[in-house]
Amino acid sequence: MGGGSRRGARADTSGRAAGRYTFSLQWCLVFLACLFPAWRWVWLGYAGQLGVNPPEFLIRSSGIWSLVALGAVLAVSPMRRWAGWTAPLRYRRMLGLFAFFYATLHVLGWALWEWGFALAPMWQDILQRTFLQVGALAYVPLIWMALTSTRGWRLRLGAWWQRLHYAIYPVAALSLWHFWLMRSGKTDYADVWWAIAAALVLGLARLRRGAK
Amino acid sequence: PALAGKRNAALSVSEDLTPERDITTYNNFYEFGLDKEDPFLFSGPMKTEPWTIEVEGEVARPKVFGLDELLKLAPMEERIYRLRCVEAWSMVIPWMGYSLSALLRKVEPTGNAKYVEFVTDMQPEAMPGLRSRILRWPYRESLRMDEAMHPLTMLVYGLYGKQLPNQNGAPVRLAVPWKYGFKSAKSIVRIRVVEHLPMSSWMEVAPHEYGFYANVNPDVPHPRWSQAMERRIGGSVFAPRVRTQLFNGYADQVASLYAGLDLRQNY
Repeated sequence: MGGGSRRGARADTSGRAAGRYTFSLQWCLVFLACLFPAWRWVWLGYAGQLGVNPPEFLIRSSGIWSLVALGAVLAVSPMRRWAGWTAPLRYRRMLGLFAFFYATLHVLGWALWEWGFALAPMWQDILQRTFLQVGALAYVPLIWMALTSTRGWRLRLGAWWQRLHYAIYPVAALSLWHFWLMRSGKTDYADVWWAIAAALVLGLARLRRGAK
Repeated sequence: PALAGKRNAALSVSEDLTPERDITTYNNFYEFGLDKEDPFLFSGPMKTEPWTIEVEGEVARPKVFGLDELLKLAPMEERIYRLRCVEAWSMVIPWMGYSLSALLRKVEPTGNAKYVEFVTDMQPEAMPGLRSRILRWPYRESLRMDEAMHPLTMLVYGLYGKQLPNQNGAPVRLAVPWKYGFKSAKSIVRIRVVEHLPMSSWMEVAPHEYGFYANVNPDVPHPRWSQAMERRIGGSVFAPRVRTQLFNGYADQVASLYAGLDLRQNY
């Protein structure tokens, strides 16, 4: 905890997350909390409560939890700026990796349940549909951000590291667009509007910081 | 309550039935909410008696039919139909009812009768979904006259040998097995026979996604997903999807209705 918080404080002044985690009780609690959606699926599956169409439920649920994790990542900076709450900064990388984790399950769920991992039709599906293209574009930067999330890559990349990781903003925008397109069939936008409102609040926080 | 009828084998498919529990807990009936379980959870307060269907428009004998009369209008038959939802899932359902043509013949459509429109009931106190602006209520769907008169097109009163549960469209609904499920209006209170193509609820809000015909067709994708495959509800979580068939497997019976029609243009 001690090392973690010192590093966290340093990272705070540079506007960056800590380079390395120390395994504290707090770290474990945050990690377990982030795993809640996955535990929930396992529990629901065990109890036979995944509903009448489990594949659809799991694909949608993983997508939504990925959005939630993205929102949490984006909330870290404004919380420090507006509420002076620096503790979440230590967990920004973990939150980002969980966004990647749930997005990966979302993509794997789609590939398995929609296409049985048949690559050619999957590719055709993407080529034919804006909805999937937007989702795929949102996923690609998550891959490079996850791969370069280690301390080693961060040092190696220097200033480029930050540039690569600004991709979190287009990722959030594309994810919301993907979510919007998904809901557009039923013209059911209530949840989408909430998500966009949250993103705008977080985006404004970013702009205000940029202006200073 | 039970609803008896003889199996019509000629109009039935011989695939495994979807479990009753799945058919009655996984529904699109937006009058009760957007989630699939909402109709099961919230449709209890819907009043289904007394019930009437008003048949009007381009007919020689317009008439208001009471439910008792409707139930005796023609012999009840059990028919096992495939149901393919536009959302790419499907079921196999033992419906109870008779061909819609039996009702339409009673009212004697005139020479101007080109389309038939079906209107779902509105019960604001029992249907929380009516407050949403997802669709313009009441729910309306329509068929071409020859589609409406086709023997497969069925007025449905029961399911699994029992009267329809509210969430499945009690007390009377349509089943048009070669079209996507949304064409089969539920809880029908009005049938209008008209000369000009009526605007349906889904065509009104999303014309690029939902056309008038809505014939099941694996080669005409939905803008957001392929229609080539479907998930059979009730199978194992890891059961692969199955291929969707043209006209939902009813091509032998209905393809002639669409001879010369470009099915891509007229989706």
